[in-house]
Amino acid sequence: MSRTKSPPEPAAAPGWDYAPAPETAPVEIASRYGHFIAGEFVPAADGAEFATINPATEEELSRVARGGAEDVERAVAAARRALPRWSRLPGRERAKYLFRIARRLQERARELAVLETLDGGKPIRESRDVDVPEAARHFFYHAGWADKLEFAFPGRRPKPVGVCGQIIPWNFPLLMAAWKLAPALACGNTVVLKPAETTPLTALRLAEILQECELPPGVVNIVTGDGETGAALAAHRGVRKIAFTGSTEVGKKLAAAVAGSRRRLTLELGGKSANIVCEDASLDQAVEGVIDAIFFNQGHVCCAGSRLLVQESILEEFLEKLDWRLRSLRVGDPLDKNTDVGAINSRAQLDRIRTYLRIGLEEGGRLHECHDQPLPAKGFWCRPCYFTNVQPADTLAREEVFGPVLAVMSFRTPEEAIARANNTPYGLAAGIWSDKGSRIFALAARLQAGVVWCNTYNRFDASSPFGGYKESGFGREGGRQGLRPYLELER
Amino acid sequence: MGAMHRVPVDQVAVDARAARLGRRSIKRSAKEAALRLAVAMTDLTTLEGQDSPERVRALCRKALRPLEGDPTVPSVAAVCVYPRLVALAREELAGTPVRVASVATAFPSGQTPLRLRLEEVRSAVEDGADEIDMVISRGLFLAGRLDEVHQEIAAVKEACEGAHLKVILETGELGSYENVRLASDLALAAGADFVKTSTGKVQPAATPGVTLVLLESVRDAWRRTGRRVGVKPAGGIRTARQALHYLVLVKETLGDAWLTPELFRFGASSLLNDLVRQLLRLRDGCYTAAHDLSLA
Repeated sequence: MSRTKSPPEPAAAPGWDYAPAPETAPVEIASRYGHFIAGEFVPAADGAEFATINPATEEELSRVARGGAEDVERAVAAARRALPRWSRLPGRERAKYLFRIARRLQERARELAVLETLDGGKPIRESRDVDVPEAARHFFYHAGWADKLEFAFPGRRPKPVGVCGQIIPWNFPLLMAAWKLAPALACGNTVVLKPAETTPLTALRLAEILQECELPPGVVNIVTGDGETGAALAAHRGVRKIAFTGSTEVGKKLAAAVAGSRRRLTLELGGKSANIVCEDASLDQAVEGVIDAIFFNQGHVCCAGSRLLVQESILEEFLEKLDWRLRSLRVGDPLDKNTDVGAINSRAQLDRIRTYLRIGLEEGGRLHECHDQPLPAKGFWCRPCYFTNVQPADTLAREEVFGPVLAVMSFRTPEEAIARANNTPYGLAAGIWSDKGSRIFALAARLQAGVVWCNTYNRFDASSPFGGYKESGFGREGGRQGLRPYLELER
Repeated sequence: MGAMHRVPVDQVAVDARAARLGRRSIKRSAKEAALRLAVAMTDLTTLEGQDSPERVRALCRKALRPLEGDPTVPSVAAVCVYPRLVALAREELAGTPVRVASVATAFPSGQTPLRLRLEEVRSAVEDGADEIDMVISRGLFLAGRLDEVHQEIAAVKEACEGAHLKVILETGELGSYENVRLASDLALAAGADFVKTSTGKVQPAATPGVTLVLLESVRDAWRRTGRRVGVKPAGGIRTARQALHYLVLVKETLGDAWLTPELFRFGASSLLNDLVRQLLRLRDGCYTAAHDLSLA
């Protein structure tokens, strides 16, 4: 574990540090949760359940029903029963429900943020400033579309697809539920949602909010469980459309499962997104952008800027700045309002990240940790870090780590930057950092990625379509384009 | 000197970063320590046409004991006055750790011949100023005559004869963060001991964004040369809450080494009593009425 040279450490000053500032809003968590089917919480048909833990402390938070084929059957049946009335409801009436849900999310924002952080390990700063407000934003945005679908697709008569099966990941549990539910409901579909195994609590809290908002029973059903639960949902013939966000590996299985069945599928999968820093960039701001790109949510972000391509003429200076910045990152208690990087979501994910760190070293990479503050004794933690001496053929340059691990490479010419950036099976996102507009446009046009951020990174909005190229998936979420997968467009 | 390298600065990203650092949560012991530190970093300033000897005496007394009867509240870093009042301030502060700072060089416009500005600096230093706050010629700078600006700063530095030189960039007149960065780099190259945002006579004065640009300029110079230069935001900083935001900017941009009055100052007047008020609130659990705090 080596460190690159950095500015000399300044002499010790009368040190001033932030006192612990834990978010203290109380959140009630029941000792067990059932599935949410037809507007009611019900235990698993076979009584199976599993624990969900706080990854920052490894303490059990609650026990949650493990969905089997019979639970999926009941949920899909409830969604089918609810479909005729919901889909015939005028758009302006559906909009009212969505609007009410959005308002209720805002009103209960603090509680939801704490719960998200407890269950998933992400810093409260992010759940408070990003996850929860963006989730509300998605419901607000789609409330606006519900009665305007004919204007979104002129000359067509938009009709709902039917019952949608939605399988969401553990990195943005509530936000991904909102990304999936809001457009589906706005378009008149009913839904069976399967939250991720490690992070079911905020989706279940959302179910309580749906009850408060008096959403008709069966319009949204939530079945908790693991990969088998998801597979049962995807295999169910009553589900007309499957929307999945998660790993490319599972996405390929889902594609095989729906093949030949005329059922619809959208996939939002992994990525190995390139962040390209040109020599004329505003370097201090680019460093911030690179930090945001890879360390946001501990790197558990499908579009994380996990490959950094820096122009050779500024590589040394850039890495010095990156080292310096890494040292000021605050890693630790996710509930502390000053924490920048929280806990790794699960033991399994931490093991996966560690495997990649080992492979990275074995293949000749140089690991730079820089950050040297102590980590908590309990819980799942990984220091933010980056690798140099990574070649395009190396594992760290090709495979998605889904953790706070950045692979740094360099380039000399724009041609080389494009060639290296596009040399990946994925194509979800990319970033360009340059002070020169013409250079930005020339590069952006040639990047094979669903989203290209210029002089910024990881910016999202409900009105902006998001989705991938190549093995990063197909279909878009957000914007007018995000409505399309949830509609049959009759002539 | 050769052509100055223009460093690109992304204004949107700077403002976003500065705003984000304003959301750090500073509570309890951290807040108390920060309030004391901010007091010790204050350049207690009066720069009005109506300044009188009596007013400067009051200021000096306040500078030494910001909270009457509580010796745990430190004295401020310096008292900052016009050159005519330097001798008086020197007398009042003789034998104390509080330094005397004087604005000079035809503050705030800088619009007199260089010969006169240098004379003003020499006179203030002769009268006992420890620190000189000069203004740059914004006219020359905006006309692109950077070499001349550099030469003027270097000449003032020489006239200071060992007194610390703070270079006021008057960022509110420079038009862009890139110009702020360029002016700061220029001042550092010409020998500034501090770069300072504003005179307080022009709006906008100090902002978190513009201060972040100065901190980054100082950080790059330190990385290149090993030389540590101070930063002084001035003008418009009135509340303890604002001051804490600046301390967070310093800590997370330059590190703890810069969290000292030797390398960071606030140019302010009404700020001091708000810092004291917040300290009293931490101590007593309630706010103090304004009439219970001595005027500066």
